[in-house]
Amino acid sequence: MAASGETSLENTHVGKKKRLPKRYWEVTDEEGKTDGKKQKEDHVQTPKLTDPKIKQKNTRGPRTGGGNVISGKSDQFPGSAPIPNEKLKKFKRGEKGKLPPRPHHKLRDAVVRSEAATELAQKQNARYDLLLPEDAGFLEGDEDEDTCTISQDDIADAVDITSGAKYFNLVLSQFGPYRLDYSKNGRHLLLGGRRGHVTCLDWQSKQLMCEMNVMETVNDVKWLHTEAMFAVAQKKWLYIYDNRGIELHCIRKFNDVLRMQFLPYHFLLATASATGFLQYLDVSVGQEVAAVCTKAGRLDVMAQNPHNAIIHLGHANGTVTLWSPNQKEPLVKMLCHSGGVRSVAVDKTGTYMVTSGMDKKLKVYDIRSYKPLQSYFLPAGASCLALSQRGLLSAATGDVVQVYRDVWSSPVTKPYMAHRTKGTVWGAHFCPFEDVLGVGHAEGFTSMIVPGAGEPNFDGLDANPYRSSKQRQEWEVKALLDKIQPELICLDPGQLSQVDHSTWEQRHQDKVQALGFDPLAKEKFTPRLKTKGRSSSGKVEKRKKQVAHEDQRDVIRQTVEDRMKIEKERKEKENKEAAVAGQKSALDRFRK
Amino acid sequence: MAKSKTTRKKGKVTKMTSATVVVQGTEDDEEELHQALTEDVISASEDEGGSDDERKHCRLLEAISSLGGKTRKKLTERSEASIQVSEFTVNAEGEGDKINLSDLIGTLDKAPTALTATKKQLKNLEHNHTALDTPLTRKETEQIQRVVAFEKTSKEVSRWQSVVVQNQKAEQLVFPLNQEPSGPKRMEHVVSGWKAQTPLEQEIFNLLHVNQQPLHNPVLTQNEEATMKAMSLEEAKIRRAELQKVRALQSYYEAKARREKKIKSKTYHRVQKKVMRKEYLKRFDEMVKTDPAAALEELKKMELSRMKERMSLKHQNSGKWARSKAIMAKYDDGARKAMQQQLEVNKDLTMKLVIPTNEEDEDEVAEALPDFVNDAEPILDPINPWMRGKLSTEPAAQEESNCLVPPAAGPGDVKAGDGPDLLREEEEQVEETEEEAILRGFEERRKLRRAKDAVEVAPVVMEESEEMPTGKKAEMVTIESSDDDDEVVEISEFTSLYRGLVKDHVEPPVEPPRAGADPCVSQGEGPALLEEGLVRVRTLEDMELLGQDVSACEPAPQTTQTLSTEQTEPQSATKQADGKRKRKKMIDPNEVLTKEAKVIKVPFAPTAVEDVEDTDEQRFIIKEAFAGDDVISDFLKDKKKQESAGMPKVVDLTLPGWGEWGGGGLQPSRSKRKRFRIKVAPPPPRKDQKLLNVILSEKRNSSVAAHQVSQVMFPFTNPAQFERTIRAPVGHTWNTGNAVQKITAPKIVTQLGAIIEPISREELVKGENQAVTGKSNLRSDQGPQQKRRSQQKKKHKHKKN
Repeated sequence: MAASGETSLENTHVGKKKRLPKRYWEVTDEEGKTDGKKQKEDHVQTPKLTDPKIKQKNTRGPRTGGGNVISGKSDQFPGSAPIPNEKLKKFKRGEKGKLPPRPHHKLRDAVVRSEAATELAQKQNARYDLLLPEDAGFLEGDEDEDTCTISQDDIADAVDITSGAKYFNLVLSQFGPYRLDYSKNGRHLLLGGRRGHVTCLDWQSKQLMCEMNVMETVNDVKWLHTEAMFAVAQKKWLYIYDNRGIELHCIRKFNDVLRMQFLPYHFLLATASATGFLQYLDVSVGQEVAAVCTKAGRLDVMAQNPHNAIIHLGHANGTVTLWSPNQKEPLVKMLCHSGGVRSVAVDKTGTYMVTSGMDKKLKVYDIRSYKPLQSYFLPAGASCLALSQRGLLSAATGDVVQVYRDVWSSPVTKPYMAHRTKGTVWGAHFCPFEDVLGVGHAEGFTSMIVPGAGEPNFDGLDANPYRSSKQRQEWEVKALLDKIQPELICLDPGQLSQVDHSTWEQRHQDKVQALGFDPLAKEKFTPRLKTKGRSSSGKVEKRKKQVAHEDQRDVIRQTVEDRMKIEKERKEKENKEAAVAGQKSALDRFRK
Repeated sequence: MAKSKTTRKKGKVTKMTSATVVVQGTEDDEEELHQALTEDVISASEDEGGSDDERKHCRLLEAISSLGGKTRKKLTERSEASIQVSEFTVNAEGEGDKINLSDLIGTLDKAPTALTATKKQLKNLEHNHTALDTPLTRKETEQIQRVVAFEKTSKEVSRWQSVVVQNQKAEQLVFPLNQEPSGPKRMEHVVSGWKAQTPLEQEIFNLLHVNQQPLHNPVLTQNEEATMKAMSLEEAKIRRAELQKVRALQSYYEAKARREKKIKSKTYHRVQKKVMRKEYLKRFDEMVKTDPAAALEELKKMELSRMKERMSLKHQNSGKWARSKAIMAKYDDGARKAMQQQLEVNKDLTMKLVIPTNEEDEDEVAEALPDFVNDAEPILDPINPWMRGKLSTEPAAQEESNCLVPPAAGPGDVKAGDGPDLLREEEEQVEETEEEAILRGFEERRKLRRAKDAVEVAPVVMEESEEMPTGKKAEMVTIESSDDDDEVVEISEFTSLYRGLVKDHVEPPVEPPRAGADPCVSQGEGPALLEEGLVRVRTLEDMELLGQDVSACEPAPQTTQTLSTEQTEPQSATKQADGKRKRKKMIDPNEVLTKEAKVIKVPFAPTAVEDVEDTDEQRFIIKEAFAGDDVISDFLKDKKKQESAGMPKVVDLTLPGWGEWGGGGLQPSRSKRKRFRIKVAPPPPRKDQKLLNVILSEKRNSSVAAHQVSQVMFPFTNPAQFERTIRAPVGHTWNTGNAVQKITAPKIVTQLGAIIEPISREELVKGENQAVTGKSNLRSDQGPQQKRRSQQKKKHKHKKN
């Protein structure tokens, strides 16, 4: 696993000061510190006498309910164990708001309850964080020794055998530069040679699953949701094979595909083609979800944002565009380089984007605010950028692979590691949950050890490197049930939890767009076709007018009726008033 | 009142009859005043025909007293003699006054002893108020009763208020109430019940004891212990075995019955019936001896069944079987016999039983009963529908239902036969009514829709008819104008770009203070630029890239300046109006992509072979670099286009030729154009207003909107509150299993198969003492005691605050 490299590295390279694991009774809060000290002192000096403070605490503590203690000794650590603040911070979900005023007691109840639930979840998460014991590895040189000068062979010699075996070369000089992909749990490796050689293997045990030549140019290879299926972008069409090399599908709708990305939670395979089309294939149902014409020429630079499933495309005019399947125009268009964009990579948290361009620059952007953070000048430029789970960046310049650490927060002057491969680098990927960087080049494949690259703690329910086939099946079913619909892909994944502020008109417009017609629209009158010259255009027009007039007449009739009614009422009222006011006398009959 | 009366009695008994005054006061606090007043009045009336002064004085007093009082009846005196006294002004004297009993005998002076005795008696009579008040009217009494009843019930009901509110507020309600808590018990409970028995256990326990592990006493209450005892395992087992046996027996019996029912043999059934009858009779005979009351009941039942038979067409020789037998009777002896038998049965059944004593009794009872008994529905004769007061539309159904009404209504098979029919009919009725209701609903809805359509259509048509021509014209006009506008925009764009390039030449001499700051970076642009850093470290590449501009930054030579001014002058003359705005908005391409680049040293340079390739590539890169400015300006153009597309167009509604001369080459006047140009309010500022190198799409994402909440539901008053409550995820992916269970706990939990009784009064009493049913989920790992304690603590804190 990830930490294995680090354990044996301790002898050769002095590590950072390793912290001892915290025990739960070690109070970490600043206010608790003094308490803890006092407790300790008391414990040492007078074990029988207890501090009054502690005593008070005990009486309040949850476990000393009865008061009477059988054994005569009180609990040293009353109550539940304290949770360190930084861990609580790690699992914080948004800000707590003010409580609504008292008169809205129902609202207040609802808010209080949800706050309590949130807090409970946060606390429990922080408490259970204890179960993630693995630490990430790292590499540190001796005094005045650069880590980038340490060769892979040295590292492989220094680490244990299993970790050392992770550095290996596959010499495959025949079928040209290789592109590669690791499966989601980092267990399986897929290699695709430009000249048609496709192979997949369990790279840790070096067990070959299948090997074949598709007898066509291979542009890109990608694992689908499991290691049972993979997609190969060949010269003309997109093909899908199973892990024994049997062709399952040839998808003719997807032509001239150059790059592919698989969105694991949406079961979408996004492809970028030479004709400038960005297409989405739902691999769970086998349907094309969206096809977007980017109008930006050949698309050979592609990356996905794992945070929000947005696809990033790099273009020759120095721009990077962000796409979702729901919109025909780019969500964002950023001008990143003054030359063409060579490669793009987005980090796991969806915060940073690293781009490299023809202008030999390497830039780091914050893609939440779209502002540049760092800009580096590489004398030879960089291609094939890849970011690891823990934020290491690999950049290839020609046949040299460089790995940088922490490119966004502080300016970097030299790489963390470097390695020269035998041929020009064609593809590079970090292996998930492993300290390994896979490099595909002209002469085959190189797996190099990069300490501190992989996430040391894996989520067994999400991507388990050690899962059995049964577990895999179960996971597949669950993942399909949890599949996120492509409509929900948007820049801010939290948008779903927000109230839609749109107006009625906007919503109506959306409805019209979705239905394809206006449900509230009045249907238009179309005159019936009549024979014997009665359907001449003049007659038709006349009939139309008649109908229109009839409609208008109805309206007018209605309004007139209304007016009459009002008038009548008014008159009646007047009459009544008059009758009350001037009572008729007997002599009124003679009046003229 | 009483006082005044007594005074009068003592002093002026003799003169009372001649002159008495009405005194009517009601309030006690005015009593004294009244007294004084009456005395005055009396004195006034005593010397009748006295001076006017006194009378005036009296009036005055009266007036004064009436001033202070609230509503007092006027004291009037009788001034003229008449039989009819007006009710408004003049009172008959002593009209409303109570006459004392003793007053009546005031004139009897002759026998003083007897008088005193009677007086005493009368006084006694007066003192004991045995006389009843007049009863209140029915309406009043009912009202009072209602009020009292309301108060009582409201008091009764309001006792439940707190419980109801609590249950409404409760996070979770567990039914049935009063459940024993199930699930794992606390450590203390388990440990306290357990005793160390084996030596090993004892040793361990000792060890624990020596180590003084904190253990607590059991927290079982008496009730809990009792309930624990009540649930012993043996008892439960015995009970279960019993139940099992009963169930098994029942199933055997059912199976047997089914088997017998299936037998088709008529003889078998006949024999069976006969046997049954015999047995029944035997039992009945026994019953007559032992339990006459039950026997009577039984007899009634028999009678009932007989009557039913009689009413039915059974044994009337009209059935299919009987008819066939009648045909066969000529030839077949057996058939004849069967017919005979049946006829006999029929005779038996149809024979009217004459029980004279009973009838007489009934008659007597009928006479003794009052009339109203027949009004309602006393089911005297439950079988006969005609005896009931009501006639129904479906006599048959009624009959059947009547058969069902009495508790002793015939044998079971009748019920079984009739029940379903009745039910079916009822169902049909229900269905019919349902259908009708649905139809009615449709009808109403249709009507409503029609009405709505009519309402909606009316204004729409009007608007259309009005707007159609103008709208078309407007479109035409706008198309034309938009073409013009496009041209204008293009021109202006070009000029602005051009100006951006030339600006640096122009501005220094014109505006010296502004030029002093930094000619390369115009400060008027957005703050985003400022944030990115004003100090621009120019790399070699940058110099190459922006060579021209750099040269422009240097103090400009005169020639260029003049040239530029020449160029700008005509433009400014033509488009002064929008030129200003354009200049303000213009973006200098130099300011995009100004982030300074850090050079990274790479340990090994790429290999030689790569270098060869790289030279080619580098050339390409250089080319790209020179084209870089183009890239930027292209991007800016694109952005501008997007912005202008988002801006609302000015609507020009000018019609040439109205009110002035029209024709080819004639423009409508400026004032008219100004008047009919409708300016639309500008849209809200773009999101990418301050980001120079970013274009953000302003299109609404309707696909997500379909899944969003569009209206905030009841308790929430604003969206922020609602959003805050759903900010935390609920699922298993983000939370621990325990937390998920607690967060997603159902509002009401019911035990499967348990009977849920309505809340009882004991519950109410308990509820007054403490919180009963509301069970808070979320204070997780604490017991109930603790919870209470924590609440107390909170209260304490509040107090402190």
